[in-house]
Amino acid sequence: MTYQEFKNILYNGVWKQNTGVVQLLGMCPILAVSSSVVNGVSLGLATSVVMALSGAAIAPIRTVVPNEARIPVFILIIAVLVTVIQYLMNAYMYSLYVVLGIFIPLIVTNCIVLARIEAFAAKNPPLQSAVDGLAMGLGLTAVLAVLGAIREIIGHGTLLSGIDMALGESAKSLVITVVPNYHGFLLAILPPGAFIALGMLIATKNWLNLRAERKLKGINATAAQVDGGCSPASHA
Amino acid sequence: MSGFFSPFITKPVSVSQIMLHVLLALIPGIALYVWFFGPAILVSLTLASITALGVEALMLKIQNKQIAPTLKDNTALLTAWLLALSIPPLAPWWLVVVGTAFAISISKHLYGGLGNNPFNPAMIGYAVLIISFPVHMTHWLTPHGLGDVSLSFLEQLNYIFQGVLPDGIKLDAITMATPLDTLKTQLHLNGHVQEILDMPIYGRLAGQGSEWVAAGFLLGGVYLIAQRIISWHIPLAYLGTLFAVAGLFHLIDPAHYVTPVFHLFSGAAMLGAFFILTDPVTSPTTPRGRLIFAASAALLTYLIRAFGGFPDGMAFATLLMNICVPLIDAYTQPKVFGKKKGQS
Repeated sequence: MTYQEFKNILYNGVWKQNTGVVQLLGMCPILAVSSSVVNGVSLGLATSVVMALSGAAIAPIRTVVPNEARIPVFILIIAVLVTVIQYLMNAYMYSLYVVLGIFIPLIVTNCIVLARIEAFAAKNPPLQSAVDGLAMGLGLTAVLAVLGAIREIIGHGTLLSGIDMALGESAKSLVITVVPNYHGFLLAILPPGAFIALGMLIATKNWLNLRAERKLKGINATAAQVDGGCSPASHA
Repeated sequence: MSGFFSPFITKPVSVSQIMLHVLLALIPGIALYVWFFGPAILVSLTLASITALGVEALMLKIQNKQIAPTLKDNTALLTAWLLALSIPPLAPWWLVVVGTAFAISISKHLYGGLGNNPFNPAMIGYAVLIISFPVHMTHWLTPHGLGDVSLSFLEQLNYIFQGVLPDGIKLDAITMATPLDTLKTQLHLNGHVQEILDMPIYGRLAGQGSEWVAAGFLLGGVYLIAQRIISWHIPLAYLGTLFAVAGLFHLIDPAHYVTPVFHLFSGAAMLGAFFILTDPVTSPTTPRGRLIFAASAALLTYLIRAFGGFPDGMAFATLLMNICVPLIDAYTQPKVFGKKKGQS
């Protein structure tokens, strides 16, 4: 794998095809666990690990598995990996395991995992597939972190609350109180808040894309003067 | 029909004029509000108005739209007033500001601005506040003559902006639950409707003071119908259905279900029937659609009041029916003359 290839896969997964704000896959866990940074990032990282491992595990057998039976085979492998992650979290991060609850086993059915297996790992070598899974997972984690931060600050006025569940009692001092004596804004914590905040994030991403596109066009126009501003705007 | 024949020359009525009439029609209700509950409501009305105009101007500026024409159309003001009338007057200033800002920015402008919002912005603002700050939304003022103490206007201002009450006065002494809320709690405690309604807060019909405010809104609503600003369909269907459903339950079991008149004059029923449901943007366009829309909203209001978790169901009923408006409109389009049924 060349460096350029690696960079492309990473850019694709984290930004261009971001699962949270571009592909909009796996919305259920995104909306449900993003009520705080710690919850969001934990589930995001767990998903990333599953995606990287399943990419690496499925890519080598992609030519052996009969096409008709591929979905059950893929799901079985993903389920095994998720079970491993679930037991690890149960053993080493019990309180976080309790908070995330059903959403850990549900990683199996998260469409983004199977989508990347189908779209990438079933057609590419193992190393690339693992990097793709990891990049997609990190993109998801980034969205969950930002969404969790927005909802936590607006809803509770804190940041990183519950970090002791992931890093142990000593990490309690890491909790940041952004707004002291905050009344709390319950809407941000409730499901509607997740929808509104995710909508804002998607809008921000589209706006950034649009701005980058305009900038690119401006450079092209001054450099070549051939476009004439007629090329259709592509929506990312 | 009278002896006039078309065509007529009509003077086009602008949005701004219509909204001005609606605002005027709210005045009797507001005046009675001030009379019974003191001038605190004027503070929240002013706060909400300033916030609404400011946020509206800001949103228009961000979108590079013209600011002055939209600000002058009075729709933001109406949203602000309806929301302020739904919030306890003694609510802290930030509550009014957050609710109004949310109503104007998210539920109006993010949906495309005037004429494109599927939900009534004032009711979205109210729903956001009641699920986010349930405690602050229960501090309703006690009407004059019921409480032992009452605050002067200056003391009320002090509480709204600083959260400070005069020495020796507790919040509970100057506020109370609404009549609908008290009814719900007492019924849960196995109270009898007759005994509950003998409590002094219930006044003659539905609540000391609040029944008169409702009557004020009724007066304003009748003015709007007389001026042909709104059609009679929505208010009549809403109040009629609410009366009928409440009457049915009251007839079956008068010990547990209050009289239909109580339902009409309590909570937001009058305000909703004439001023909230009739919002031209978020209500159906056909007369038949309006009847269906308002009757369903009344049914939902009653179900939430009698069996739901919230004391009043007006806001949620409105929002639930708002989302059905496109469907109602699609199914109630009148047949075009000269075409067979099913042809379009």
